[in-house]
Amino acid sequence: MAKDIKEIREKGAEYFFLLCSLVSIGAVLLICYFIFAGAYPALRDIGAWAFLTGDLWKPTDHPPSFGIFNMIAGSIYVTAGACIFGVPVGVFAAVYMAKYCPRKIYPVASQLVSLLAGIPSIIYGFFGMMMIVPFIQENFSGNGNSVLAASIVLGVMILPTVIKVSEVSIRAVPKSYFEGALALGATKEQSIFFVGIPAAKSGILAGVILGIGRAIGETMAVVMVAGNSNILPESIFKSVRTLTANIVLEMGYAAGPHYDAIVATGAVLFVFILMLNIVLNIINKGAQTSGGLS
Amino acid sequence: MLKAPKPLKIRVEDMNLYYDSFQALINVNLDVLTNEITAFIGPSGCGKSTLLKSLNRMNDLIESCRITGKITYDGEDIYGKMNVSELRKRVGMVFQKPNPFPMSVYDNIAYGPRTHGIKKKKVLDQIVEESLQNAAIWDELKDRLKKSALAISGGQQQRLCIARALAIKPEVILLDEPTSALDPISTTKIEDLLAELKDRYTIVIVTHNMGQAARISDKTAFFLHGEIVEFGRTMEIFSKPKDKKTEDYITGRFG
Repeated sequence: MAKDIKEIREKGAEYFFLLCSLVSIGAVLLICYFIFAGAYPALRDIGAWAFLTGDLWKPTDHPPSFGIFNMIAGSIYVTAGACIFGVPVGVFAAVYMAKYCPRKIYPVASQLVSLLAGIPSIIYGFFGMMMIVPFIQENFSGNGNSVLAASIVLGVMILPTVIKVSEVSIRAVPKSYFEGALALGATKEQSIFFVGIPAAKSGILAGVILGIGRAIGETMAVVMVAGNSNILPESIFKSVRTLTANIVLEMGYAAGPHYDAIVATGAVLFVFILMLNIVLNIINKGAQTSGGLS
Repeated sequence: MLKAPKPLKIRVEDMNLYYDSFQALINVNLDVLTNEITAFIGPSGCGKSTLLKSLNRMNDLIESCRITGKITYDGEDIYGKMNVSELRKRVGMVFQKPNPFPMSVYDNIAYGPRTHGIKKKKVLDQIVEESLQNAAIWDELKDRLKKSALAISGGQQQRLCIARALAIKPEVILLDEPTSALDPISTTKIEDLLAELKDRYTIVIVTHNMGQAARISDKTAFFLHGEIVEFGRTMEIFSKPKDKKTEDYITGRFG
């Protein structure tokens, strides 16, 4: 009798856990469904190719034009810019944290990096508006709201992701690799850059891809510093609009085909994220099968 | 029949080594002669690996490690003005567990020379072939130079690591229980190799394998609790040890 109750309780717990995981799996599937179902009318009416490659976005004209090419390019520009700033700084910071940081300083440094990850994006936006935009305005051309400003803000925002993931993968490199290099007369830097980092490269790459995912999906901070004009920027000091900015700026008043086109913009962004996830999976698989480190 | 004594390569004088307050080596004195194989034997934790790692300053990596006394290499104090990279270029090391880098066989061998500034492909090609030849593994690997070094067998990996050490043209090779992770056939191959290399290099080997020390070494040092109990010709140590503790150890009564 007592045994039965125990069995029922165990089964019950199992189903409860199952339910919890179904909620999250269900959420992903629902989001996929709604975004693609919502995007379908726009893609059907405008045509997928015209939508993706058209460089005119005049949703309120008669007749309206829905081309998001400039926004796709804008998202790619600021994300690439974020990588140019964030990846080298992040990887070198990870090297410091993993290989040089004195034991007394490490907990503090590590906490601060984690804090960087926890700062709300609107605060990053303020930081960009108050520090970076005026700086660009005073020292370069334009009003400061630009590709460069967005790239710097996003570059800082991806730092914690790049640092944490890279640090873990550098730490996972067996000590014997470093010792082997040092025993051959390599200096500490040589052992890190020519053995440690190559051995950790798939993990570092995974960190970079997670960072790209964060940068391309970031909305608030970008809207606040990018200027958001719907034109292809001619230089890094010119205003730029990203896919995310396009959605958040127009969602409030869009209706009809305009609304559908905004949802389709979201679907395009979603496809970008899915592709990044696939790349990430391939990298992780490759790392496992080659006996490398993740 | 008296032979002229071989020239001195490394001299350890009144050396003490501490990890924080723990003394791992106590008043060690030892001479390593050129073109000889010197074996360090003794139970685990007796300090033999610690002394080996002091000879190319790999102990520098351990923060709490402190050394007193003197170690000279060709008469020069290695803890003095000598550049540590330069020292390690002359004193190569092979570790207990084969530790090839996660890159191709070729890049493994070329790593050391590249680190020391050799960039010409022709020169590197030649060094790679020579080193693999010297480590008696060229025939096995010549068609797999571009393959990952992690994909070859453990015994081959260890000979690759020896080849990698040879590629920087050292004068001394330190080996830390190089065969303890290998099967008997691979072990024999490495022992044969060391016997061959002896003519060109000075070799110091730490081993847990009494038979190995007896088979390949010229001199043997027996360590116990951080001290050298007995140091002398291998033949004498194994046939008529002076110290009772040495005798007990090599006859397998403890350790």
